[in-house]
Amino acid sequence: MTMPHPHLVAVLGGLLAVLIVASAIGYRLQRRLSPDGSNAVIENLNDRIRAWWVMVVLMGLALIGGKTGVTVLFAFCSFAALREFITLTNTRRADHWALAAGFFVVLPVQYYLIWIDWYGLYSIFIPVYAFLLMPIVAALRGDTDHFLVRIAEVQWALMICVFCTSHVPALLSLDIPGYQGRNVLLIAFLVIVVQMSDVLQYVWGKLLGRTKIAPRLSPSKTVEGFLGGALSATAVGAALSWMTPFSPLQAAFLALAIVLMGFFGGLVMSAIKRDRGIKDWGQLIAGHGGFLDRLDSVVFSAPIFFHLVRYGWSTT
Amino acid sequence: MREIGTSLAGALILFFARFITAVRGRWDGVAPADEQRIYFANHASHGDFVLIWTVLPRRMRSTTRPVAGSDYWLKNRLRRFIGCDVFNAVLIDRDPATRTRDPIVQMTEALDAGASLIVFPEGTRNTTEAPLLPFRSGLFHLAQARPNVALVPVWIDNLNRVMPKGEFVPVPLICTVSFGAALSSAEGETKQDFLARAQAALLALSPKASAP
Repeated sequence: MTMPHPHLVAVLGGLLAVLIVASAIGYRLQRRLSPDGSNAVIENLNDRIRAWWVMVVLMGLALIGGKTGVTVLFAFCSFAALREFITLTNTRRADHWALAAGFFVVLPVQYYLIWIDWYGLYSIFIPVYAFLLMPIVAALRGDTDHFLVRIAEVQWALMICVFCTSHVPALLSLDIPGYQGRNVLLIAFLVIVVQMSDVLQYVWGKLLGRTKIAPRLSPSKTVEGFLGGALSATAVGAALSWMTPFSPLQAAFLALAIVLMGFFGGLVMSAIKRDRGIKDWGQLIAGHGGFLDRLDSVVFSAPIFFHLVRYGWSTT
Repeated sequence: MREIGTSLAGALILFFARFITAVRGRWDGVAPADEQRIYFANHASHGDFVLIWTVLPRRMRSTTRPVAGSDYWLKNRLRRFIGCDVFNAVLIDRDPATRTRDPIVQMTEALDAGASLIVFPEGTRNTTEAPLLPFRSGLFHLAQARPNVALVPVWIDNLNRVMPKGEFVPVPLICTVSFGAALSSAEGETKQDFLARAQAALLALSPKASAP
């Protein structure tokens, strides 16, 4: 095993420092404002910080582990996300084989294709092959009740949870001149910008938020929070250009694309949750809901980021 | 050697159950306290008691015994190993024509030895669209025989979608196991009234019952 790139060490060191500061602040706040655990906002904040530790440690290990580590980590994320998504669909007994195939054939094949860098197949495997074959498997069982709804839900679940998510490890297959061996930093850039955007939107919304942006979808999101969060996360992206192959201006543009896709992706996933009458996708991570609650903005921004970088910078 | 085998198999089954169902226990009605109880649950899959067992705290697992049909669990060596050795099930013969021992006596013996029980009062797996099959009378007789043991309703949600009858590949879906408040014992209650009350208490835990 080779040593991790110094830039990766710097990024992970920076994240650890941020988390240590956040934990210290959370501890102080709890001692002063919520010593008996009664202040829900403080307790939620500390739950979130604890979950952040787990996420940063897992991401850090995966990034140090390189391609295999990242591919395995996101394959597992896809699995957990798909499990949450399918739980809330209208699937019936007749979909059993199609669903089992989704979990145990489509998902592993997609990540295997990513792992062997077969761009020509992994970029169409789910949109073309799974799209046509899964309804055939379902149709063979002969149950026609809500057929279109059921197959559409399964295809949507696979696109969101497997296809889109798999574009995060796919970033490692890009071949950017002068950037060889550092592609894991593109993943770090994407994930940091998305998560900073979420946090900064929350902070700006708490400080200045007045005008609700989509009251029916997500009552906590405000125009002020969105603008403040998007602009400051774009600035964070520009400031991180040293770890990317981009100039600061290019990094800002890509960060803005990531932030916008992440924000609207969050709205789309909220609409689905509203429709199903739930608040969170699951309860896997204390303070964060389920996997999909954490992943929704990454899911929407990863494929767009991947294709922008591939078109603009990669030789493959 | 055998003990290592059973605890290894137990750990494997736990890992598998969590991997497929990410199962969560919801202790809304009772605390996960180490007292003697009879858990009665809806029955849709052979994995039902595995899920209850998975969400029990570790020290309670060793003293909680599922009550299961011997016709299924003695069929081959693997099932016998899982049923008898790993889960220490109280195996009862469901066919009155062939049985040599009274199931109620077998269950009270297990209770008198200090165990908690997991029973499925529907008697068989529910493969219908109805949320519950009518309860058999066993629960009533058990409650009559040992009135001091708490009767706790347990609703297992979604496992029927994970592994419908007749399928052998599970589909990973999130399952929940909800524990309700213990039934109060009512002396002099008729069998029908008692079973109706138990059934209603169990059904009230179903998420579909509370959904608008």
